[in-house]
Amino acid sequence: MSQSLEDLGAHIKSSMTSAIEDVSVALGELTITARAEQIVAVITFLRDDPRGRFTTLIDICGVDYPERTNRFDVVYHLLSMHLNQRIRIKVETTEETPVPSIAGIFPCADWFEREAFDMYGILFANHPDLRRLLTDYGFQGYPLRKDFPLSGHVEVRYDAEQQRVIYEPVKLTQAFRNFDFLSPWEGMTLPGDEKAAAEKK
Amino acid sequence: MADDLSNAPTEEKRTFTINFGPQHPAAHGVLRLVLELDGEIVERVDPHIGLLHRGTEKLIEYKTYLQAIPYFDRLDYVAPMNQEHAFCLAIEKLAGIEAPRRAKIIRVLYSEIGRILNHLLNITTQALDVGALTPPLWGFEEREKLMVFYERASGSRMHANYVRPGGVHQDLTPQLIDDIGEWCEQFPQKVRDIETLLTGNRIFKQRNVDIGVVTREDALKWGFSGVMVRGSGMAWDLRRSQPYEIYSELDFKIPLGKNGDCYDRYLCRVEEMYESTKIMQQCVRLLKQTPGPVMPEKSKYAPPRRAEMKQSMEALIHHFKLYTEGFHVPAGEVYAAVEAPKGEFGVYLVADGTNKPYRVKIRAPGFPHLAAMDYLCKGHMLADVSAVLGSLDIVFGEIDR
Repeated sequence: MSQSLEDLGAHIKSSMTSAIEDVSVALGELTITARAEQIVAVITFLRDDPRGRFTTLIDICGVDYPERTNRFDVVYHLLSMHLNQRIRIKVETTEETPVPSIAGIFPCADWFEREAFDMYGILFANHPDLRRLLTDYGFQGYPLRKDFPLSGHVEVRYDAEQQRVIYEPVKLTQAFRNFDFLSPWEGMTLPGDEKAAAEKK
Repeated sequence: MADDLSNAPTEEKRTFTINFGPQHPAAHGVLRLVLELDGEIVERVDPHIGLLHRGTEKLIEYKTYLQAIPYFDRLDYVAPMNQEHAFCLAIEKLAGIEAPRRAKIIRVLYSEIGRILNHLLNITTQALDVGALTPPLWGFEEREKLMVFYERASGSRMHANYVRPGGVHQDLTPQLIDDIGEWCEQFPQKVRDIETLLTGNRIFKQRNVDIGVVTREDALKWGFSGVMVRGSGMAWDLRRSQPYEIYSELDFKIPLGKNGDCYDRYLCRVEEMYESTKIMQQCVRLLKQTPGPVMPEKSKYAPPRRAEMKQSMEALIHHFKLYTEGFHVPAGEVYAAVEAPKGEFGVYLVADGTNKPYRVKIRAPGFPHLAAMDYLCKGHMLADVSAVLGSLDIVFGEIDR
């Protein structure tokens, strides 16, 4: 299983050397890292290549790593029903750099890209209709970014005087409690531990 | 709404813009469709979703893995356990743990109960959308019995929180297994009863045959899965092609449609209920032969036994740490999918080695199905919109997340 995935990865890398940065197989899943500006060519190749035939787009999603210069990962999942295999393609992008849209290849990418735009503010170039999808009409901010607070910025209520639903800044009657149970000892190197590790080797 | 109307062009062809939902009984929840009509012909459909958006993915990032499981019940609240199952499979794949055999059988049993729960709701409400009132009354009686099985296993009729990483929360009682077996005996007759109302029904066929036809190429292009591809004649089912748990040793058939219209999808769902009942019967038989634990023993991911905690200090500490700090999942990323009743339900999990997920992306099957609404409804009559919507099997919990 993993051998055939490695073969496929090597095949893809040799066919598209300029667009692929890295190929890896982990936990029985093939992941390739591609250059963002080449993504349309990569996806088209994977769909049409006889050893790929990835004709179903399963998912597109964003992942946020605020500490990186290229802050966002855009992750594509493709499935081949013909050859019964899956692949993951990752590209990196920043808040300003748009990723070329693949809605021309897979029409269902339209909504997946709209969702990634809505949640992370990732821009997609040549997208037919890049509107917000899941959040409220007139929503401000990008809720799934790591720097967006869990409680949000505004809350709604029905105002009897104005006879309509109004937006107000969030007022929490009790302060938001984020319990951090992460053990301080876990993953920590106590003084002297490095000697024990060195002795084992 | 007034400004929607004023946007319509006023030249020789005047299109008409109307709102379908969000409070329409056939909108299956909170869907707002902005329809552009030329007379009674649908020109364009623009679904406005997100009215049930709760930020599940964001909330999960702030919870430990165990605390995150209940959120999955609330996605597709028609078949809750199938979602938990996908999340637990993702965790198990990353952590490299395997559920004991008995737990796997229980998971399959309850996945199939979920499938029947879902199809009973979908078929009967689809009938309701096109004007038949009796099927929901008959179908919901059986759903209620299945929910009692949910309750007897997990303590809750719907939001079970029963599947855990490494197994299931508690073992089933022998009485419950017997009762499920008995239920399986009488259920096919109930489906046949519902079929007498619908399958040959002239009105039902007039409303569904040749409506919302999906070709094979389009099913691939639009990212369909589940009944939406099987209705178009493609033999694709994750239970068969990428088997998980014990599906590879079970005997069941994958029903396929021919024409890819709403009626074929209805027939597929009906056949799947018969097949699910067969799988359940096999599981009941297997459960009676397979005693054993339902959670891994001496594992970091499972709580220790009560009796052990009374004697052993380590067990007590472990229990306390498991339910406060939670377990740690090794860093990495994984995609796990199950064949949920509606199609491929996938979880893309990015873990950073702590006790909370770094990112969970929920791939709901209904999402690409609804995205294709414009393609499916274009050129159909207004009344067909509700028939197509019914056969897409939309539940907003999973689409809006």
